[in-house]
Amino acid sequence: MAVQSMSGTGDLGEGTGVVPDAPLLEVEDLFVEFHTRDGVAKVLNGVSYHVDAGETLAVLGESGSGKSVTAQAIMGILDVPPAVVRSGAIRFRGEDLLKVSDGRRTELRGQGLAMVFQDALSALNPVFTVGFQIEEQLRVRLGMSRKDARKRAVELLDLVRIPNAARRVRQYPHEFSGGMRQRAMIAMSLALDPELLIADEPTTALDVTVQAQIMDLLKELQVERKMGLILITHDLGVVAEVADRIAVMYAGKIVEHADAVSLYRNPGHPYTAALLESLPRLDLKGTELKTIRGLPPSLLAIPPGCPFHPRCPMAEDRCRTEVPGDHRLGLGRTSKCHFAEELVGRV
Amino acid sequence: MGRYVLRRLLQLIPVFVGTTFLIYVLVWAVPGDPFAGMCGERRCEPGFIQMMTEKYNMDENIVVQYFLYLGNLLQGDFGTTFSGLSVGELIELRYPVSVQLALVAVGIEAVIGLAAGILTGLYGRGFLDNLVLVATLFLISIPVFVTGFVLQILMGFELEWFPPVVGTDPSFYDLLLPGFVLGSLSMAYVSRLTRTSIAENTRADYMRTALAKGQPKRRIVGVHLLRNSAIPVLTFLGTDLGSLMGGAIVTEGIFGIPGVGGLVYEAILQKEGVTVTGVVVLLVIVFLLMNLIIDLLYAVLDPRIRYD
Repeated sequence: MAVQSMSGTGDLGEGTGVVPDAPLLEVEDLFVEFHTRDGVAKVLNGVSYHVDAGETLAVLGESGSGKSVTAQAIMGILDVPPAVVRSGAIRFRGEDLLKVSDGRRTELRGQGLAMVFQDALSALNPVFTVGFQIEEQLRVRLGMSRKDARKRAVELLDLVRIPNAARRVRQYPHEFSGGMRQRAMIAMSLALDPELLIADEPTTALDVTVQAQIMDLLKELQVERKMGLILITHDLGVVAEVADRIAVMYAGKIVEHADAVSLYRNPGHPYTAALLESLPRLDLKGTELKTIRGLPPSLLAIPPGCPFHPRCPMAEDRCRTEVPGDHRLGLGRTSKCHFAEELVGRV
Repeated sequence: MGRYVLRRLLQLIPVFVGTTFLIYVLVWAVPGDPFAGMCGERRCEPGFIQMMTEKYNMDENIVVQYFLYLGNLLQGDFGTTFSGLSVGELIELRYPVSVQLALVAVGIEAVIGLAAGILTGLYGRGFLDNLVLVATLFLISIPVFVTGFVLQILMGFELEWFPPVVGTDPSFYDLLLPGFVLGSLSMAYVSRLTRTSIAENTRADYMRTALAKGQPKRRIVGVHLLRNSAIPVLTFLGTDLGSLMGGAIVTEGIFGIPGVGGLVYEAILQKEGVTVTGVVVLLVIVFLLMNLIIDLLYAVLDPRIRYD
């Protein structure tokens, strides 16, 4: 888990989190650019994280922080062009996905890694039944007969607790409610028994009560099947209960990486702290909700030094010029802030 | 669905009565003596005129005339021409070839238009895309009679690849060239429409899902993309078949095809009101039914559309 050393300060550490012997998925120093008409957008600038079987990693960040792009790069579903993977490695059980053949990649999709998308209504094909879209994988990939595939599809819908699965399997996505649709999407992603599931903002389009149900379901399935789970979200509240570790992304970098408990209790990066403060809280009812001033940086022109400095309350002169490296904070925690130690020691 | 079909069929009645009435009035209320020049150089005998006037109820009010005509029509009687020929038989004689021509035209525009549209839609900008763009622009901007005569001279008379003139009872091969001419304009639209539809759907979220599911590329394009992209194109093709079934006066004229377009044209020149009304009424019915079929087909293609 090498971390690029772009500055003199900070530890040139290995370390983002516990390093097991054979991680299920390991993203290392991933650089991705988007070549647009306006110039080159540097979307990922050295992203590294890893997930083990049976573990949940939450990837947190604002829109445009690169969290979804990382996921798409892992799945190999980036639109190329405009996206270009500049460098880095994505190792699934030690196999670098950026180096394998297209055939091998297709093989791994669904069976090795599967993905649940944000908006199930547009992510499901509107002209095929939900059953067809689940069965398609079983028939094409496993060579199952139509009858067996139908039976398995009903079982899968049952598994994600869709009532009346035998009837529902014949319905079209638009006939499902939002929550049911997301459940169907999850059932579809589980069809080939993946080892790693990537859920890209799976609850963003849903009501709050339904959100909780879907999160519970994901957690339960993950524990039951000992899957690795990457949960991409911009909602700190959503991940609090399900994530083992949290990686906070900003401008295409992981700026903080910590176990969930430490991160909530004692954020090690001003950005994380600001995110936590911007959560609505019942005990602060009536007071003005805090927001992070300014906007996320344009990826066409990321500020020099620490990319967060224009919005950071703690910014000093060195933040404008020196790119902070990973500061190790113990227990596998890292933070890309010059003042990480002060922040954590402050409490 | 059943209720919808019934409602649509009921809606056909006022539309049918309205259109046929308009046609009848337009044809029969035109000023001028329909019997002028019918008896060669001489003026017609007053007795003859009297007989014809009675036979065609011309001394009645136009509305009464229309309902008398409609009554006969509903019994399957299209009436007779001034010279005593049965209009029903005339239609029977000349409609099949027009339908054949329409089918060939739609077939050609579907095959070529879809192929061009799919290829350019999938592969995007490049030589082929520009070629198709320019070709469709040509087809859209050149009038059919120009395309018709140019192709007839080039492919028919000069190169002798196709018969330049098609007689009665033509074979499928005979109809290829006129079919191409007749379908050329719509072919351009089909290819443009397909191209846009494919290019749009390629970026759809469900395409990414299919890829993430580990479906092979061929299947993603062949099943997921084509099925969705086909919806607007098939609707267009259906509507087009409906209007081409109305005969093609220009194309039939150029290639000497004895179809229903020519029949109407001749009838108009000879002020044969009965024939004009009969044929146009039939074409209205065909067009209305085709539209109904397309609407139903649309619901089959896109399950999001429900009529109940």
